[in-house]
Amino acid sequence: MHELSIAQSLLDIIVDESNKHGLERINKVRLRIGELAAVVPESLTFCFDLVSRDTVASGAVIEIEKIAVTARCDKCDLSFEVKDRVFECPKCGEPVLEMLGGRELDVVSIEGETGENDG
Amino acid sequence: MAEIKVPVVRNILQANERLAAENRSRFDEAGIFVVNLMSSPGAGKTSLLEKTIEALAGRMGIAVIEGDLQSSYDAERIQKKGVQAVQINTEGGCHLDGNMIQIALEALDLAGIDLLIIENVGNLVCPAEFNLGEHEKITILSVAEGDDKPIKYPLMFQICSALLVNKIDLLPYTNCDMEKIRKTVRQLNPAGKVFEISCRTGEGFEPWLSWIANKVAEHRKNRAQACASPRMDKH
Repeated sequence: MHELSIAQSLLDIIVDESNKHGLERINKVRLRIGELAAVVPESLTFCFDLVSRDTVASGAVIEIEKIAVTARCDKCDLSFEVKDRVFECPKCGEPVLEMLGGRELDVVSIEGETGENDG
Repeated sequence: MAEIKVPVVRNILQANERLAAENRSRFDEAGIFVVNLMSSPGAGKTSLLEKTIEALAGRMGIAVIEGDLQSSYDAERIQKKGVQAVQINTEGGCHLDGNMIQIALEALDLAGIDLLIIENVGNLVCPAEFNLGEHEKITILSVAEGDDKPIKYPLMFQICSALLVNKIDLLPYTNCDMEKIRKTVRQLNPAGKVFEISCRTGEGFEPWLSWIANKVAEHRKNRAQACASPRMDKH
Protein backbone atom coordinates (compact mmCIF):
# COMPACT_ATOMS: atom_id res chain seq x y z
CA MET A 1 0.00 0.00 0.00
CA HIS A 2 2.92 2.39 -0.55
CA GLU A 3 0.87 3.69 -3.50
CA LEU A 4 -0.75 6.00 -0.95
CA SER A 5 2.52 7.73 -0.15
CA ILE A 6 3.42 7.80 -3.85
CA ALA A 7 0.01 9.37 -4.59
CA GLN A 8 0.64 11.98 -1.89
CA SER A 9 4.08 12.80 -3.35
CA LEU A 10 2.49 13.04 -6.80
CA LEU A 11 -0.14 15.45 -5.49
CA ASP A 12 2.58 17.59 -3.85
CA ILE A 13 4.34 17.91 -7.23
CA ILE A 14 1.07 18.74 -9.02
CA VAL A 15 0.13 21.43 -6.49
CA ASP A 16 3.64 22.89 -6.70
CA GLU A 17 3.57 23.01 -10.54
CA SER A 18 0.00 24.38 -10.55
CA ASN A 19 1.08 27.27 -8.33
CA LYS A 20 4.10 27.94 -10.55
CA HIS A 21 2.05 28.01 -13.74
CA GLY A 22 -1.15 29.51 -12.43
CA LEU A 23 -3.32 26.44 -13.01
CA GLU A 24 -6.61 26.50 -11.19
CA ARG A 25 -7.93 23.16 -12.27
CA ILE A 26 -6.05 20.05 -13.41
CA ASN A 27 -7.63 17.87 -16.08
CA LYS A 28 -4.95 15.37 -16.90
CA VAL A 29 -1.64 14.15 -15.51
CA ARG A 30 0.68 11.97 -17.55
CA LEU A 31 3.01 9.57 -15.78
CA ARG A 32 5.77 7.25 -16.91
CA ILE A 33 6.13 4.09 -14.83
CA GLY A 34 8.79 1.47 -15.41
CA GLU A 35 7.77 -2.18 -15.62
CA LEU A 36 10.14 -3.00 -12.79
CA ALA A 37 8.79 -0.26 -10.52
CA ALA A 38 6.92 -1.78 -7.60
CA VAL A 39 3.75 0.20 -8.29
CA VAL A 40 0.30 -1.08 -9.20
CA PRO A 41 -1.27 1.51 -11.57
CA GLU A 42 -4.87 0.79 -10.47
CA SER A 43 -3.87 1.17 -6.84
CA LEU A 44 -2.06 4.43 -7.59
CA THR A 45 -5.04 5.97 -9.40
CA PHE A 46 -7.36 4.81 -6.63
CA CYS A 47 -5.15 6.39 -3.96
CA PHE A 48 -4.77 9.54 -6.04
CA ASP A 49 -8.56 9.93 -6.20
CA LEU A 50 -8.57 9.83 -2.40
CA VAL A 51 -5.73 12.23 -1.68
CA SER A 52 -6.70 14.75 -4.40
CA ARG A 53 -10.23 15.35 -3.11
CA ASP A 54 -10.91 19.05 -2.56
CA THR A 55 -7.64 20.01 -4.23
CA VAL A 56 -6.79 21.59 -7.58
CA ALA A 57 -6.33 18.05 -8.97
CA SER A 58 -9.68 16.67 -7.87
CA GLY A 59 -11.16 14.56 -10.67
CA ALA A 60 -8.01 14.71 -12.82
CA VAL A 61 -7.41 11.81 -15.19
CA ILE A 62 -4.15 9.94 -14.59
CA GLU A 63 -2.61 8.55 -17.79
CA ILE A 64 0.14 6.00 -17.30
CA GLU A 65 2.68 5.03 -19.92
CA LYS A 66 4.46 1.79 -19.05
CA ILE A 67 8.20 1.74 -19.79
CA ALA A 68 9.89 -1.52 -20.74
CA VAL A 69 13.00 -2.71 -18.92
CA THR A 70 16.09 -1.97 -21.02
CA ALA A 71 19.78 -2.55 -20.38
CA ARG A 72 23.15 -2.07 -22.05
CA CYS A 73 25.92 -4.61 -22.47
CA ASP A 74 29.25 -2.89 -21.80
CA LYS A 75 31.11 -5.61 -23.69
CA CYS A 76 29.43 -5.21 -27.08
CA ASP A 77 27.71 -1.85 -26.42
CA LEU A 78 24.31 -3.31 -27.31
CA SER A 79 21.20 -1.72 -25.82
CA PHE A 80 18.28 -4.12 -25.64
CA GLU A 81 14.95 -4.85 -24.00
CA VAL A 82 15.23 -7.21 -21.05
CA LYS A 83 12.84 -10.11 -21.55
CA ASP A 84 11.55 -12.25 -18.70
CA ARG A 85 13.77 -10.37 -16.22
CA VAL A 86 16.92 -12.00 -17.59
CA PHE A 87 19.75 -9.44 -17.50
CA GLU A 88 21.86 -11.14 -20.11
CA CYS A 89 23.14 -9.79 -23.42
CA PRO A 90 21.21 -11.43 -26.29
CA LYS A 91 24.29 -11.08 -28.53
CA CYS A 92 27.23 -12.25 -26.42
CA GLY A 93 25.43 -13.91 -23.50
CA GLU A 94 27.32 -11.90 -20.86
CA PRO A 95 25.55 -10.85 -17.66
CA VAL A 96 24.52 -7.21 -17.92
CA LEU A 97 24.71 -4.80 -15.00
CA GLU A 98 23.72 -1.46 -16.51
CA MET A 99 19.98 -0.86 -16.51
CA LEU A 100 18.87 1.93 -18.83
CA GLY A 101 15.15 2.02 -18.11
CA GLY A 102 12.33 0.22 -16.37
CA ARG A 103 12.34 1.80 -12.91
CA GLU A 104 10.79 5.16 -13.91
CA LEU A 105 8.31 6.79 -11.61
CA ASP A 106 8.00 10.17 -13.30
CA VAL A 107 5.48 12.91 -13.91
CA VAL A 108 5.77 13.88 -17.57
CA SER A 109 3.15 16.60 -17.99
CA ILE A 110 0.20 18.26 -16.37
CA GLU A 111 -2.77 19.66 -18.31
CA GLY A 112 -5.16 22.12 -16.79
CA GLU A 113 -6.92 25.45 -16.92
CA THR A 114 -5.60 28.83 -15.92
CA GLY A 115 -7.89 31.41 -14.39
CA GLU A 116 -7.14 33.82 -17.25
CA ASN A 117 -9.55 34.48 -20.03
CA ASP A 118 -8.15 33.24 -23.32
CA GLY A 119 -9.96 35.55 -25.47
CA MET B 1 -10.25 30.17 -19.20
CA ALA B 2 -7.16 28.88 -21.01
CA GLU B 3 -6.26 25.23 -21.16
CA ILE B 4 -2.51 24.66 -21.00
CA LYS B 5 -0.17 21.70 -20.89
CA VAL B 6 2.88 21.97 -18.67
CA PRO B 7 5.81 19.65 -19.31
CA VAL B 8 7.13 18.62 -15.91
CA VAL B 9 9.43 15.58 -15.89
CA ARG B 10 9.96 15.14 -12.18
CA ASN B 11 10.52 11.93 -10.26
CA ILE B 12 7.49 11.35 -8.06
CA LEU B 13 9.72 10.20 -5.21
CA GLN B 14 12.08 13.19 -5.44
CA ALA B 15 11.13 14.45 -1.97
CA ASN B 16 12.23 11.14 -0.48
CA GLU B 17 15.32 11.05 -2.69
CA ARG B 18 16.34 14.45 -1.32
CA LEU B 19 15.97 13.26 2.28
CA ALA B 20 17.88 10.08 1.45
CA ALA B 21 20.72 12.17 0.00
CA GLU B 22 20.81 14.26 3.19
CA ASN B 23 20.98 11.07 5.26
CA ARG B 24 23.78 9.77 3.06
CA SER B 25 25.92 12.88 3.57
CA ARG B 26 25.33 12.62 7.29
CA PHE B 27 26.44 8.96 7.27
CA ASP B 28 29.49 9.80 5.18
CA GLU B 29 30.53 12.70 7.40
CA ALA B 30 30.36 10.36 10.39
CA GLY B 31 32.18 7.62 8.45
CA ILE B 32 29.41 5.07 8.98
CA PHE B 33 28.63 2.23 6.61
CA VAL B 34 24.85 1.83 6.34
CA VAL B 35 22.82 -1.18 5.28
CA ASN B 36 19.09 -1.32 4.49
CA LEU B 37 17.94 -4.82 5.43
CA MET B 38 14.71 -5.96 3.77
CA SER B 39 12.59 -9.11 3.63
CA SER B 40 9.04 -10.34 4.10
CA PRO B 41 7.84 -10.75 7.72
CA GLY B 42 9.38 -13.74 9.45
CA ALA B 43 12.26 -14.32 7.03
CA GLY B 44 14.76 -13.77 9.83
CA LYS B 45 15.91 -10.13 9.77
CA THR B 46 16.11 -9.73 13.54
CA SER B 47 17.64 -13.18 14.04
CA LEU B 48 20.28 -12.33 11.45
CA LEU B 49 21.03 -9.10 13.31
CA GLU B 50 21.33 -10.87 16.67
CA LYS B 51 23.81 -13.41 15.31
CA THR B 52 25.74 -10.83 13.29
CA ILE B 53 26.05 -8.51 16.29
CA GLU B 54 27.20 -11.41 18.51
CA ALA B 55 29.98 -12.14 16.03
CA LEU B 56 31.07 -8.60 15.10
CA ALA B 57 30.31 -6.29 18.03
CA GLY B 58 33.78 -6.88 19.52
CA ARG B 59 35.42 -5.70 16.27
CA MET B 60 33.34 -2.66 15.34
CA GLY B 61 30.73 -0.23 16.64
CA ILE B 62 27.25 -1.32 15.55
CA ALA B 63 23.88 0.42 15.87
CA VAL B 64 20.44 -0.61 14.63
CA ILE B 65 17.28 1.19 13.52
CA GLU B 66 14.27 -1.12 13.77
CA GLY B 67 11.21 -0.51 11.61
CA ASP B 68 7.90 -2.17 12.47
CA LEU B 69 4.23 -1.31 12.21
CA GLN B 70 3.86 -1.56 15.98
CA SER B 71 5.67 -2.67 19.17
CA SER B 72 9.24 -2.18 20.36
CA TYR B 73 9.81 -5.93 20.60
CA ASP B 74 12.59 -6.02 18.00
CA ALA B 75 14.54 -3.06 19.41
CA GLU B 76 14.44 -4.73 22.83
CA ARG B 77 15.79 -7.95 21.32
CA ILE B 78 18.68 -6.01 19.77
CA GLN B 79 19.42 -3.96 22.90
CA LYS B 80 19.90 -7.22 24.79
CA LYS B 81 22.92 -7.78 22.55
CA GLY B 82 24.49 -4.65 24.03
CA VAL B 83 24.21 -2.27 21.07
CA GLN B 84 22.15 0.89 20.50
CA ALA B 85 18.79 0.23 18.87
CA VAL B 86 16.05 2.71 18.03
CA GLN B 87 12.54 1.59 17.17
CA ILE B 88 10.45 3.32 14.50
CA ASN B 89 6.75 2.45 14.54
CA THR B 90 5.15 3.21 11.19
CA GLU B 91 1.63 2.68 12.63
CA GLY B 92 0.43 0.83 9.56
CA GLY B 93 2.92 2.27 7.05
CA CYS B 94 4.35 -0.50 4.88
CA HIS B 95 7.91 0.85 4.49
CA LEU B 96 10.48 3.18 6.02
CA ASP B 97 11.30 6.44 4.26
CA GLY B 98 14.06 9.02 4.42
CA ASN B 99 12.21 11.23 6.87
CA MET B 100 11.65 8.44 9.41
CA ILE B 101 15.40 7.75 9.37
CA GLN B 102 16.13 11.43 10.08
CA ILE B 103 13.89 11.27 13.13
CA ALA B 104 15.47 8.01 14.32
CA LEU B 105 18.97 9.45 13.91
CA GLU B 106 18.18 12.10 16.53
CA ALA B 107 17.91 9.31 19.10
CA LEU B 108 21.22 7.66 18.15
CA ASP B 109 24.71 8.55 19.29
CA LEU B 110 26.72 8.05 16.10
CA ALA B 111 30.15 8.50 17.73
CA GLY B 112 32.14 5.28 17.50
CA ILE B 113 29.63 3.64 15.14
CA ASP B 114 31.10 1.89 12.07
CA LEU B 115 28.06 -0.05 10.91
CA LEU B 116 24.42 1.06 11.07
CA ILE B 117 21.86 -1.52 10.08
CA ILE B 118 18.35 -0.36 9.25
CA GLU B 119 15.86 -3.19 9.55
CA ASN B 120 12.99 -2.26 7.26
CA VAL B 121 9.33 -3.17 7.72
CA GLY B 122 8.68 -6.80 6.73
CA ASN B 123 7.44 -6.51 3.14
CA LEU B 124 8.84 -7.66 -0.22
CA VAL B 125 7.27 -4.85 -2.27
CA CYS B 126 7.22 -1.30 -0.92
CA PRO B 127 10.60 -0.91 0.82
CA ALA B 128 12.30 -1.57 -2.54
CA GLU B 129 11.14 1.81 -3.89
CA PHE B 130 12.29 4.02 -1.02
CA ASN B 131 15.96 4.85 -0.62
CA LEU B 132 16.98 5.71 2.93
CA GLY B 133 20.51 6.94 2.20
CA GLU B 134 22.05 3.50 2.70
CA HIS B 135 25.24 2.29 0.99
CA GLU B 136 23.94 -1.22 0.34
CA LYS B 137 20.57 -2.93 0.22
CA ILE B 138 20.47 -6.46 1.56
CA THR B 139 17.53 -8.82 1.11
CA ILE B 140 16.70 -11.95 3.08
CA LEU B 141 14.54 -14.75 1.73
CA SER B 142 13.73 -17.81 3.82
CA VAL B 143 13.42 -21.17 2.07
CA ALA B 144 9.98 -21.68 3.66
CA GLU B 145 8.62 -18.79 1.55
CA GLY B 146 9.28 -20.70 -1.65
CA ASP B 147 11.68 -20.48 -4.57
CA ASP B 148 9.26 -18.43 -6.71
CA LYS B 149 9.64 -15.19 -4.72
CA PRO B 150 12.44 -13.63 -6.81
CA ILE B 151 10.26 -14.01 -9.94
CA LYS B 152 7.15 -12.66 -8.22
CA TYR B 153 8.85 -9.70 -6.51
CA PRO B 154 11.64 -8.90 -8.97
CA LEU B 155 12.57 -5.39 -7.85
CA MET B 156 13.47 -6.47 -4.32
CA PHE B 157 15.85 -9.09 -5.69
CA GLN B 158 17.15 -6.90 -8.52
CA ILE B 159 18.32 -3.99 -6.36
CA CYS B 160 20.02 -5.83 -3.51
CA SER B 161 23.79 -6.17 -3.46
CA ALA B 162 23.49 -9.32 -1.36
CA LEU B 163 20.75 -11.89 -0.90
CA LEU B 164 20.77 -14.07 2.20
CA VAL B 165 18.78 -17.26 1.80
CA ASN B 166 17.92 -18.16 5.37
CA LYS B 167 16.58 -21.27 7.13
CA ILE B 168 18.52 -23.68 4.92
CA ASP B 169 18.26 -26.17 7.81
CA LEU B 170 14.58 -26.49 6.77
CA LEU B 171 15.38 -27.44 3.15
CA PRO B 172 14.69 -31.19 3.66
CA TYR B 173 11.15 -30.31 4.81
CA THR B 174 10.21 -27.96 1.95
CA ASN B 175 9.85 -28.12 -1.83
CA CYS B 176 12.16 -25.14 -2.17
CA ASP B 177 14.67 -25.58 -5.00
CA MET B 178 17.91 -23.72 -4.11
CA GLU B 179 19.22 -24.00 -7.66
CA LYS B 180 16.10 -22.23 -8.94
CA ILE B 181 16.69 -19.34 -6.52
CA ARG B 182 20.36 -19.10 -7.49
CA LYS B 183 19.49 -19.13 -11.21
CA THR B 184 16.69 -16.56 -11.02
CA VAL B 185 18.75 -14.18 -8.91
CA ARG B 186 21.77 -14.58 -11.21
CA GLN B 187 19.60 -13.64 -14.22
CA LEU B 188 17.92 -10.77 -12.42
CA ASN B 189 20.93 -9.42 -10.61
CA PRO B 190 24.24 -10.74 -11.98
CA ALA B 191 26.35 -8.68 -9.55
CA GLY B 192 24.39 -9.73 -6.44
CA LYS B 193 26.10 -11.99 -3.92
CA VAL B 194 24.09 -14.94 -2.60
CA PHE B 195 24.73 -16.37 0.88
CA GLU B 196 22.98 -19.52 2.08
CA ILE B 197 22.60 -19.45 5.84
CA SER B 198 20.71 -20.72 8.85
CA CYS B 199 20.29 -18.29 11.72
CA ARG B 200 19.18 -21.21 13.88
CA THR B 201 22.20 -23.48 13.37
CA GLY B 202 24.76 -20.85 12.34
CA GLU B 203 25.48 -22.74 9.10
CA GLY B 204 26.93 -20.61 6.29
CA PHE B 205 27.56 -17.58 8.52
CA GLU B 206 31.31 -17.25 7.97
CA PRO B 207 31.17 -16.03 4.32
CA TRP B 208 28.43 -13.53 5.21
CA LEU B 209 30.32 -12.19 8.24
CA SER B 210 33.55 -11.71 6.32
CA TRP B 211 31.66 -10.03 3.43
CA ILE B 212 30.00 -7.46 5.68
CA ALA B 213 33.17 -6.94 7.77
CA ASN B 214 35.10 -6.33 4.52
CA LYS B 215 32.48 -3.85 3.33
CA VAL B 216 32.83 -1.87 6.56
CA ALA B 217 36.65 -1.97 6.35
CA GLU B 218 36.63 -0.91 2.65
CA HIS B 219 34.30 1.96 3.46
CA ARG B 220 36.58 3.12 6.25
CA LYS B 221 39.61 2.91 3.95
CA ASN B 222 37.94 4.79 1.07
CA ARG B 223 36.87 7.48 3.45
CA ALA B 224 40.37 7.84 4.86
CA GLN B 225 41.69 8.19 1.27
CA ALA B 226 38.99 10.71 0.37
CA CYS B 227 39.99 12.79 3.38
CA ALA B 228 43.68 12.58 2.44
CA SER B 229 43.40 13.12 -1.32
CA PRO B 230 42.90 16.93 -1.50
CA ARG B 231 46.49 17.37 -0.30
CA MET B 232 47.95 14.94 -2.83
CA ASP B 233 47.71 17.20 -5.87
CA LYS B 234 49.74 19.99 -4.24
CA HIS B 235 53.36 20.24 -5.31
